[in-house]
Amino acid sequence: MKAIGKALLLIGATSDIGRATALVYAEAGWDIHLVGRRRELVQREADDIVTRTGAAVTAHELDILDIDRFEAFLSTVSPLPDTAVCVVGELGEQARAERELEHAAMVMRTNFEGPALMLGLLASRFAARGSGTIVGISSVAGDRGRGSNYVYGAAKAGLTAFLSGLRNRLSTAGVRVLTIKPGFVRTRMTDGMKLPPVLTAAPAEVAQRIFAVADGSKGGDVVYVRRIWYPLMAIIRSIPEPIFKRLRL
Amino acid sequence: MEGWGRYPRHESEVLVCRLPETLSGTVSSRAGLIARGNGRSYGDAAIGEHLTLTCGALSRMKSFDEMNASLTVEGGVMLSDILRSFIPRGYFPPVVPGTKFVTIGGMIASDVHGKNHHRDGGFGEHVSEIKLVVAGGEIVTCSRAKNSELFLATLGGMGLTGVVAEATFTLRPITTGWIVQKTVVTENLADTLKALKQTDDATYSVAWIDCLSRGASLGRSLIFVGEHASPSDIAQMPKAAQFPPSKAARLSLPVDLPGSALNRASVSAFNDLYYRLGARKAARASLVHWDSYFFPLDGLLEWNRLYGKRGFLQHQCVVPDENALAVLSSMLDRFARSGKASFLAVLKRLRGGAGLLSFPAPGYTLALDLPVAPDVFQLLDEIDKLVVAAGGRLYLAKDARQSRHTFEAGYPRLQAFKEVRRTTGADRHFSSQLGKRLGI
Repeated sequence: MKAIGKALLLIGATSDIGRATALVYAEAGWDIHLVGRRRELVQREADDIVTRTGAAVTAHELDILDIDRFEAFLSTVSPLPDTAVCVVGELGEQARAERELEHAAMVMRTNFEGPALMLGLLASRFAARGSGTIVGISSVAGDRGRGSNYVYGAAKAGLTAFLSGLRNRLSTAGVRVLTIKPGFVRTRMTDGMKLPPVLTAAPAEVAQRIFAVADGSKGGDVVYVRRIWYPLMAIIRSIPEPIFKRLRL
Repeated sequence: MEGWGRYPRHESEVLVCRLPETLSGTVSSRAGLIARGNGRSYGDAAIGEHLTLTCGALSRMKSFDEMNASLTVEGGVMLSDILRSFIPRGYFPPVVPGTKFVTIGGMIASDVHGKNHHRDGGFGEHVSEIKLVVAGGEIVTCSRAKNSELFLATLGGMGLTGVVAEATFTLRPITTGWIVQKTVVTENLADTLKALKQTDDATYSVAWIDCLSRGASLGRSLIFVGEHASPSDIAQMPKAAQFPPSKAARLSLPVDLPGSALNRASVSAFNDLYYRLGARKAARASLVHWDSYFFPLDGLLEWNRLYGKRGFLQHQCVVPDENALAVLSSMLDRFARSGKASFLAVLKRLRGGAGLLSFPAPGYTLALDLPVAPDVFQLLDEIDKLVVAAGGRLYLAKDARQSRHTFEAGYPRLQAFKEVRRTTGADRHFSSQLGKRLGI
């Protein structure tokens, strides 16, 4: 594959969606910087992408909860990438989150605090340069809180709102901010769950959509991977709260 | 659980191995297990006696050495992924089976052969090194120079020596992704065997055999001979078509066909038509996309549902050159008279195999599909007697029903294989339904 002189920063490289996304960019000739919590696992993904595509790939270790390291880390990624994608997420267990503050806090910090602060830092650097694309992976679970997963959903709602604000702030600064809502995806996170096939995407499908919207020919700011989610979530959002609160979704 | 043929079915606990670092611990924790890749062996080879360890997540490529065209991958990497990555860079796997939806671990365990076996041998011959997780959980590196007995037992060893964590093998350079195909038409079996022998110096050669025709046209075939096309062969194509991607349009059989859909009349009519169409264009060479040439059935996902809910058996044997004509004649006559065999029947030449339990042996291999039905088992038992008498054997990756006697008669290196199992502790640890059935 011919290098095209552009670079992707992929945070959450050992997740199924992260890996698939990095591969799509690498196949398109991008240089790739992979970031994940455990070095040896990130290195495994880096070796895989290098072998498959011949792209230039670097591996970095960073915990998304370790916000004190963020600025130092970003100074090691040089030059500044053209696009940054953060796919970090942790579903957690709702029932456990209701019992244990620690667990609930971990879910909130992993899905909201870490990704939002990291993308915020990157956005400011992109704005100073005057170009760049920020991609955050949020969730349909953040569109409306449901009894079955509202701790995760609330964190994702926070991320959605953060990205919305970032987009608004930077709309004239040459920086694009995208919010991707994948819907159900067949990954480690959803392993063993019964998922409706029409609503469920493969990681590669999410990856291709991310690339198409962020760096391909498709436009968009807030994007559901499968189009069926647009009407579905419009309906779910429009149900009046007195009725919604009695539903078991 | 079931194999690709959907017969037989067995209960087994299933465990998913997600990361290479957990493989050793998982393997050593329980006895009676077997590794499973993409589940494309036909019978009971990838169903554990107690536990089936699915290894599809061990799907990362490790490194590619351009100097030697040598690729190292984890055992769960799919052949389809290798084709996708390496055809555009001018490399092709040294040996491919009839489907690209197999893992490298599975290709090693079955020591798969392709249409070039007569020239290039099986996949195992191109494997230089295997990292194998053995009974105790240790990772043992084996090759022809190091732990060579374990290496040779693992090629074609049906996973019964351990779990393939990583493997290194060489790719072959290609200059296009196209195959120049010529078709040779033969009118009877003697003709077919002779023509197959005459195409021995072709890179790829395989015969589709009409296994319902009888009498004077018993064994009539279309022999497809192929060579990798050179750039001058595709000079009239646009440059972008030099290395075409995998054929994307995929049909999937949405339902099981009723078991009766493939019957003597429908298959016979189809075979007749296929033979005539093939004969008509036999004279000239044609350019064929790599995906269509090597993996025609992959275009129809879940084609195993063609045979209905009860599933199907694939009978694949090899018989030595000496009495091939007589033996294959009586086998084909038996199949034709029974009217059970389906459209998918293939004949090709093999040479010897590398592994202790590798299927290939010098001679001719015949493979055909039969829907599962009560009277099919007896027919195949009778066919097996012919195979054994001729000094032949059956392919374990396809097998779901052969007897222990047929198996033991066909694999003279079985004792050496068992000895490797004993010395590495595999005999008390790795066990599939196939191994149990055949007393391996």
